[in-house]
Amino acid sequence: MEGNPTFDMLSSFAASWGMAYFALIFLMVMVYALWPSKRDLFDHAARIPLSED
Amino acid sequence: MNGITEKKLSFGELGLSFVLALVAVGAIFVAAKAWTPEFAFHAYLFAAAAIAGVFAIGNRYFARPAQTPQEIDGKPNYNFGPVKFATLAALFWGIAGFTVGLYIALELSWPIFNLDLPWTSFGRLRPLHTSAVIFAFGGNVLLATSFYVVQRTCRARLAGDLAPWFVVLGYNFFIVIAGTGYLLGITQGKEYAEPEWYSDSWLTIVWVTYLLVFLGTLWKRKEPHIYVANWFYLAFIVTVAVLHLGNNAAIPVSIFSSKSYIVWSGVQDAMIQWWYGHNAVGFFLTAGFLAIVYYFIPKRADRPVYSYRLSIIHFWALIFMYIWAGPHHLHYTALPDWAQTLGMTFSIMLWMPSWGGMINGLMTLSGAWDKLRTDPVLRMMVVSVAFYGMATFEGPMMSIKSVNSLSHYTDWGIGHVHSGALGWVAYVSFGAIYCLVPWLWNKREVYSLKLVNWHFWVSTIGIVFYISAMWVAGIMQGLMWRAYTALGFLEYSFVETSEAMHPMYIIRALGGGMFLIGAIIMVYNIYMTIRSPEPAALGTRAALVPGE
Repeated sequence: MEGNPTFDMLSSFAASWGMAYFALIFLMVMVYALWPSKRDLFDHAARIPLSED
Repeated sequence: MNGITEKKLSFGELGLSFVLALVAVGAIFVAAKAWTPEFAFHAYLFAAAAIAGVFAIGNRYFARPAQTPQEIDGKPNYNFGPVKFATLAALFWGIAGFTVGLYIALELSWPIFNLDLPWTSFGRLRPLHTSAVIFAFGGNVLLATSFYVVQRTCRARLAGDLAPWFVVLGYNFFIVIAGTGYLLGITQGKEYAEPEWYSDSWLTIVWVTYLLVFLGTLWKRKEPHIYVANWFYLAFIVTVAVLHLGNNAAIPVSIFSSKSYIVWSGVQDAMIQWWYGHNAVGFFLTAGFLAIVYYFIPKRADRPVYSYRLSIIHFWALIFMYIWAGPHHLHYTALPDWAQTLGMTFSIMLWMPSWGGMINGLMTLSGAWDKLRTDPVLRMMVVSVAFYGMATFEGPMMSIKSVNSLSHYTDWGIGHVHSGALGWVAYVSFGAIYCLVPWLWNKREVYSLKLVNWHFWVSTIGIVFYISAMWVAGIMQGLMWRAYTALGFLEYSFVETSEAMHPMYIIRALGGGMFLIGAIIMVYNIYMTIRSPEPAALGTRAALVPGE
C-alpha cells in the first residue's frame, strides 16, 4: 500500500503525543477528583440540589 | 428596582422582530421560486412562523412589566415559562412518537398498513418515529430539565430575556420542519441526521443560542461550585453542536431546492455519519439524561449522590471514551480494520464509566431502599438506571466483532436500542416529568401516585414483551442468515426469515402498545395534576413568581 506522508505524520503524532496528552489530562482529573483535602468541597457540592430555596 | 421605570421595547425585541420580518420576506421569495411544492410548503411554514414570532414578541411586550427583576426578596426570580412549555411539548411529542412507533410495528406485522401510499410507507414513517421520540420527546425533556436544573443549582435566573423562549420555540419549529419533511420525502438519508440543509442551518442557530443561554446562566451563578448535572448538560450541548456541524457539511443544490450533497463521500462519509450517530447516543441520549439522574434521583430520594468523586470520574471517563466508539457500527465494511478494532476496544472500555455511573445512581438509594416500595416515581427512575446498566453491558458485547457478525443488521439491534430507549431514556424522562410538573405548577405531588404505579407496571411489562421478542427474532434471524446446507448453499431465503419472525413482530407491537397505554395514563395524570386546585404546602417550594 502506498503511504501518504501527511497521513503518516499526523497519525503517528496522534498515536504518540496525542495519546500522551489525553492520558495526562485524564490523570489530572483523577488526581483532582481523589485529592483528600477536597472532601469538604465535594460534600458541599453533593448537597447543592438538596439545599435550595 | 426603584419602583417607576418607563416601559420600552428592548434592543432584543426590536432586533429579533426585524430579523424575523426579514426571514418572512425572504421565505416568501424562496417559496415563490421553489423547485418543488414540498420545498415551497416548508418555505411558507418558515414565513408563517416568523410572522407569528413578531406577533408573539409584540403581545409579550404589552403583557410584560417594565422590568423583570433578577431576584425577588433576595430569592432568584426563576424563569419557568420556557420550562413549562418544553415539558408539555415533551408530553405531546412523546405520545405522537410512541403512536407512530406502534403504527410502524403494525406495518411490519401486517404490511397492508402501509396503505400503498408514499406518505405512510414504512420508509418515511420510521425516521418520523425515531426523530419524534429522540429529538422531539427526548429533546424537549432535556430542554426543560436543563433550564430548570441550571437555574436551581446556580441559584440564578435563566440568562437572556427572549433567548430562552427562542430556544424552546425554535427547537420545536425545527421538529415540525423535520417531521413534515420526512412525510413529504425530504431527507438526507442519514440515520438520525435526516433533516436537510435548511432545517440543519435553522437548528444550528437555535442550538448556539441554547449554548449561550446555558453558559450565560452558569456565568452569573450565585453558587460557586458548578453542580455535576450541569457538566453533563454542558457536554451534551457542546458535543451535539460539534456533531451536528461535522455530519451536515452539505452544500445545497440551490437555495430554491431542498436537496444538498455532503462534501465528502464513500467510507469517509460513513465514518463521520457513525461518529455522529454513536455520539448522538452517547451525548444526547446518555450525557443529557445522566444529568437528569444526578439531579432528580438525589432530589426525589432526598439524599445526596452516593459519591461526588465518582461522579467526576464518571463524567470525564465517559467524555474521553464515547467519542471513539462510533466505528463499531461499521464492522466488516470498507472501513480500515484498525479503525474497526479501535471502535470495538473503546466500546468495551466504555463499560467501566457506564457502570460507574449506574452504581453511583443506584447507591444513592442506600439506606432508602424502602422508598422504592412506596414511591413509584423514584422506582421508575431507579429502574431506568438498572436498564442503563443492562443496555451498556449489552452494547459493548455487541460491539465485539465476532458477536457483531451475528447481531448486526438483525432485530437484536432493535431490541438493544429499545431496552436503552424505553427502559433507560424514557423511564428517567417520565420520572423527571412526574417530579417537575408539581414543582413547576406549585402542587404538593402528582394527582395520583396510584396511576403512576399503573403506568410503571403496564409499560414495564410492555418493555419486557418488546425486548424479549426482538432478542429472539434477532438471534434467530442472524442464525438463519448464516445457516448453510451440506452442499454449501444458504439454507434459508430472506422471505423465510421474515415468516419465522412474524409472531415475534406481533409480540413487539403488543409491547409497544402497552408502552403507549402507560404514557397515555401519564398524560392524564399530568393533566389532572396541573388542573388540581390544591397548592403546594408552605415552604416546600418557592412561591409562584410574578410574570409567570
